[in-house]
Amino acid sequence: MRFLPTDEQSDFTRTLRGLLAAAAVPAVVRSWSAGAYGPGRALWTRLADTGLFALAAPQEYEGLGALPVELALGFVELGRAAVPGPLAETVGAVVLLSELGDGALAKRFLPALLSGEALATVVLADGGPYAVDASATDHTFTVSATGELRLAAPGPVSELASLDPARHLSRPAPGGELLATGPRVTAAAAVALHWARLMTAAQSLGVGEALLARTVEYAKQRTQFGVPIGSFQAVKHRLADTLLALEFARPLVWAAALSLAPWEIAAAKVSAGEAGYRAALSALQLHGAVGYTEELDLSLWLRKARPLRDAWGSPSTCRAEVLTPALNRRTG
Amino acid sequence: MDLTHTPEVTAFRAKARAWLRANVPDAPLPSLETAEGFAAHREWEARLAADRWSVVSWPEEYGGRGADIVKWLVFEEEYFAAGAPGRVSQNGINLLAPTLFDHASPEQRARVLPPMASGEVIWAQAWSEPESGSDLASLTSRAERTDGGWLLSGQKTWSSRAAFADRAFGIFRTDPEAAKPHQGLTYLMFGLRAPGVTVRPIGRLDGKPAFAELFLDRVFVPDEDVIGEPGQGWRIAMSTTGNERGLTLRSPGRFLAAADRLTRLWRERADPADTALRDRVADAVIGARAYELFTWTNASRFAAGQTIGAESSLNKVFWSEYDIALHESALDLLGADGELADGPWAEPWIFSLAGPVYAGTNEIQRDIIAERLLGLPKGRR
Repeated sequence: MRFLPTDEQSDFTRTLRGLLAAAAVPAVVRSWSAGAYGPGRALWTRLADTGLFALAAPQEYEGLGALPVELALGFVELGRAAVPGPLAETVGAVVLLSELGDGALAKRFLPALLSGEALATVVLADGGPYAVDASATDHTFTVSATGELRLAAPGPVSELASLDPARHLSRPAPGGELLATGPRVTAAAAVALHWARLMTAAQSLGVGEALLARTVEYAKQRTQFGVPIGSFQAVKHRLADTLLALEFARPLVWAAALSLAPWEIAAAKVSAGEAGYRAALSALQLHGAVGYTEELDLSLWLRKARPLRDAWGSPSTCRAEVLTPALNRRTG
Repeated sequence: MDLTHTPEVTAFRAKARAWLRANVPDAPLPSLETAEGFAAHREWEARLAADRWSVVSWPEEYGGRGADIVKWLVFEEEYFAAGAPGRVSQNGINLLAPTLFDHASPEQRARVLPPMASGEVIWAQAWSEPESGSDLASLTSRAERTDGGWLLSGQKTWSSRAAFADRAFGIFRTDPEAAKPHQGLTYLMFGLRAPGVTVRPIGRLDGKPAFAELFLDRVFVPDEDVIGEPGQGWRIAMSTTGNERGLTLRSPGRFLAAADRLTRLWRERADPADTALRDRVADAVIGARAYELFTWTNASRFAAGQTIGAESSLNKVFWSEYDIALHESALDLLGADGELADGPWAEPWIFSLAGPVYAGTNEIQRDIIAERLLGLPKGRR
């Protein structure tokens, strides 16, 4: 039993963190929010060059995995940097296409998705009604409740504004090319949903970490009554609780990535989603009015935390999953 | 990362499970906070010890099995899953013994540890004083030098198990002139039935004498019962409080078993339409798993040669608040029956309420987290 990352895993995390620190991500997010996808797609390609998306696919489809632990480690970094785009959705699409066992379909789409040349988004029957960033992507995949996998017809989409302006929502147009159908699609979609949910949890954890780190720095610098506000016990305790929630969500994310058991992924999603959102509320409160503005970069994380908490399985959905009858197991 | 256990650990689990299945009493023992229950639990300790299951993490020479932290966690999981009795010896085993292993002489270990392991001597903790709780360094009970030892005077309070226990351990001021409050303290052990000791049991919320006040009037302690060097009590005590808040006091096995019981109760009693209560049961399951995994993370750190510092404060706040939430959910599931004092969740609920208060209040723990883990500036408490 070993519950710490390996040296290789830590190296990968460091590489990503370095790349993102040098990438001026806040400016990328603001462009992405305005519908200018160029800088975002450039960043996307550099992320793909690290092998990030290839971690979601097996080697037979030119992937590096599937390696959910490494991928989740990467997604924490994406959250920490507030990287925009259909991140969990891309993983969902890659896993869906890998799991179908249809070599021709996989070869048609996967290489470009793994290399970052193409972007995809996906809407699964149980995963929420909206496509994320369809206007920025090359492909929109949909899986219906009856197990039809379709490629949405190309063309302009009518967007619905998200609470996070960096997420462009739309309802996929009906119809499109029928790529596959039947129980194998439904089964593949279930796996894809769990991977997307897990990656959203990892992203939430990273968002929470960034919010906490920024707020701690602010609390050390901002003075009132002649002392840093971070010396006040009420402030300290709120930040301590934020750290506590994140630190107890973290091992749930790793365990879920190790086992890929649906109940563990659901548990990770509830905990990381809530911890990220609570971190946002604490960050807002402790920054005071300046935190309630769009111009402070803090807003990029603040507005992401709540949508991520609810995407790919709301807390209530996930709590119900935790209590499914398969739960009553104790590992031997 | 890899959460699978080695074949050796799996075999250890099977062995523990088989023994517990054959030996755990069919009916729950009476509360260990009563005279009758205390005696019954002492017998259970002896039975555990006879087959070397009372202190699995200790070296074999003291009655243990030399189990590492992973095996210990596995044993605890099996112990609580089997519904085995609460451990009346836990103050000694979890709090005093680690201190003895780190700071005592070989003679002291040989003399003190075996009867602790067998339940023959049950230990109480004597740290808090009426004016000295969270600010432990302010304690005023003193030990004065005398021929061949020390004379203890003063008052200790909130001493868990002391109403029925045999001996106690604590820190006393030996140098009132020391420059700082945490200097000049000495860690020592004394008999609760020694001349000069008066034990006044204190009823906790449910009236059971779960702790006691100790009045000490020139109680003689021989030099052989001083742990470490006189004047070093604070440093030695701090190595014990880390244990108390950290890995050993509340093992994940306890909460995994409690969450299982809660889940069963929910399946039996819950109104399926009550999704709010369902969510709280789910949170109990998630919390137990989170605590288990957090503990495994720390165990991995130990195994990798790292140490656990202020992280033990995260641990303490988490389990103490989790414990209350879990028991409140059980009482809510029971509805009107939750009020019954003899119900299976009543005493554990009462016990859970003390969690955020003892072993260093959660307010103090949050200060430690904020200052040592987040680097926030110190301020007035």
